[in-house]
Amino acid sequence: MNTPVNRKPILLDFEKPLAELEERISQIQELADENDVDVSEQIHQLEARAVQLRQEIFHSLSPSQRIQVARHPRRPSTMDYIQAISDEWLELHGDRRGFDDPALIGGVARLNGRPVVMLGHQKGRDTKDNVARNFGMASPGGYRKAMRLMEHAHQFRMPILTFIDTPGAWAGVDAEKFGQGEAIAYNLRAMFSLDVPIIATVIGEGGSGGALGIGVGDRLLMFEHSVYTVASPEACASILWKDAGKASQAAEALKITAMDLKKLEILDEILPEPVGGAHADPVKTATILKEGLLRNLSDLDPLTPQELRRHRYEKFRRIGVFVESDV
Amino acid sequence: MSLFDWFDNRRKPGSPNRESREREIADGLWTKCPACGVMIYTKDLRANAKVCPECNHHIPVYTQERIQQLIDLDTWLPINQTLRPTDPLGFRDRKPYRDRLREIQEKTGLADAVQTGVGEMEGLAAALGIMDFRFMGGSMGSVVGEKLTRLIEHATQNQLPVIIICASGGARMQEGMLSLMQMAKISGALEQHRQSHLLYIPVLTHPTTGGVTASFAMLGDIILAEPKCTIGFAGKRVIEQTLREKLPDGFQSAEYLLSHGFVDAIVSRPQLKATLAQLIRLHSPQPTAP
Ligand SMILES: [Zn+2]
Repeated sequence: MNTPVNRKPILLDFEKPLAELEERISQIQELADENDVDVSEQIHQLEARAVQLRQEIFHSLSPSQRIQVARHPRRPSTMDYIQAISDEWLELHGDRRGFDDPALIGGVARLNGRPVVMLGHQKGRDTKDNVARNFGMASPGGYRKAMRLMEHAHQFRMPILTFIDTPGAWAGVDAEKFGQGEAIAYNLRAMFSLDVPIIATVIGEGGSGGALGIGVGDRLLMFEHSVYTVASPEACASILWKDAGKASQAAEALKITAMDLKKLEILDEILPEPVGGAHADPVKTATILKEGLLRNLSDLDPLTPQELRRHRYEKFRRIGVFVESDV
Repeated sequence: MSLFDWFDNRRKPGSPNRESREREIADGLWTKCPACGVMIYTKDLRANAKVCPECNHHIPVYTQERIQQLIDLDTWLPINQTLRPTDPLGFRDRKPYRDRLREIQEKTGLADAVQTGVGEMEGLAAALGIMDFRFMGGSMGSVVGEKLTRLIEHATQNQLPVIIICASGGARMQEGMLSLMQMAKISGALEQHRQSHLLYIPVLTHPTTGGVTASFAMLGDIILAEPKCTIGFAGKRVIEQTLREKLPDGFQSAEYLLSHGFVDAIVSRPQLKATLAQLIRLHSPQPTAP
């Protein structure tokens, strides 16, 4: 896991008041120590205020603030979670078509004693890693690797756990040349044919078709501060508002938060995050994820392959809002 | 005037009797090809499925013309005509989504961006969906997703092939994630159709992009495309911006996809119906010998 203790925290702009308060607490403590005065009562009060302030801030995040949390450079990645929640794990490589996309990783693992296939978009842990991993934007080869691993799971009767964390599928000349549209489309259809339980979890950013390409499952879970979008608010703002500066308005209008998607009946379950976001306590967050996955897996276990496939289709079949009138 | 001169005049917009010609364009008697500039007698153009006889440019056609071009006379039966879009997110950008919908419905006479139904092609029954680019860029929201899903389910139940004429900018942003999820919903319906060993042919027309390309447009057992139409996942401008370089000539054209193995055949519109009928016949179960 990330170990935030020995690294300087990366502050988001809306965390500034909190940082200032914490700064003041340590200043007072220093002054008191120098002058040998007992301020423990005041410190205690200020610390309580800091806890309260953090809760207030994180309970009323706007959609665009949530995007900042979802994109936080220290937010745990797919690899972090896989390593944290599995008893053992072996990464597998390649799409068997000529590519091994580092932006989408996966392999076989053991979760609470049980073999599973885990896969997901992989963002980098630092700038250099991020460049190598194309910021979690998968190429057609990534989606084909994901499909190959999911077919492996189907073949060996292992549940599939996918982790979604991408700004979107890679938009480049090569991506088009090698069939980005076809690669995603193929996954969307084929995931309806798999005989094993599939749980998809949005751990950070769910960017459009690039997210959905590994997102067709029996259950969709989302972390509290994750977002899932039809188009990035930046792109949406420049197309509909003709002004990329209107991204926060677009983020509001697009209904991208876990709470919004629960209301629209797209999402099955919201996984709570520690106060301050997943990156504030990655170990605790991983525990929450593991419990959520195990609970949902045990719900799905009694279903036969036919029932799984039928319920999966019915789950998506219901999504959509329209009116039907007799004219 | 010799016959040659007459032909010349017919082809060149700058001919001496230009004024009368322009009047005739306004009257709709003549149409100027937007690609090569040649003047075409509108009746001839229509008889040629709105394809320029000179340069093979495919002038856009929409729902009613598509039905006329593809479906045998008096065999078209539209289904699910009463589905209408609403505004599930209360979305407004520079204009409320509700107003946009009302305006485009009045302008096009369409309820949403796809029409679906069953009909016959050279006497062969088929389920047909036609996307209409005039309706908010053919974008896919709940109604498009639901109508196509019902069409495919109807085809599965009645053992029919499915043909979808694609023309879309992708998912409709104004319905947010509900639009994205239609990609999965339609793909799920196509999986069931496929399990029944039934034929699905998407016909990609200008333009087929975004979420439509990343779902049902690319899921055909056989994929046809109209000449020179744009087919792609990401928009050209997006790619140019991320890469900061000019795109290769013909990038994301039907011809480009054909040469990279993502399209089976490019079919000119006047041959489309015959080609579809031929494919349906080739995939129909043969009566077994007694
Ligand atoms: Zn022409």
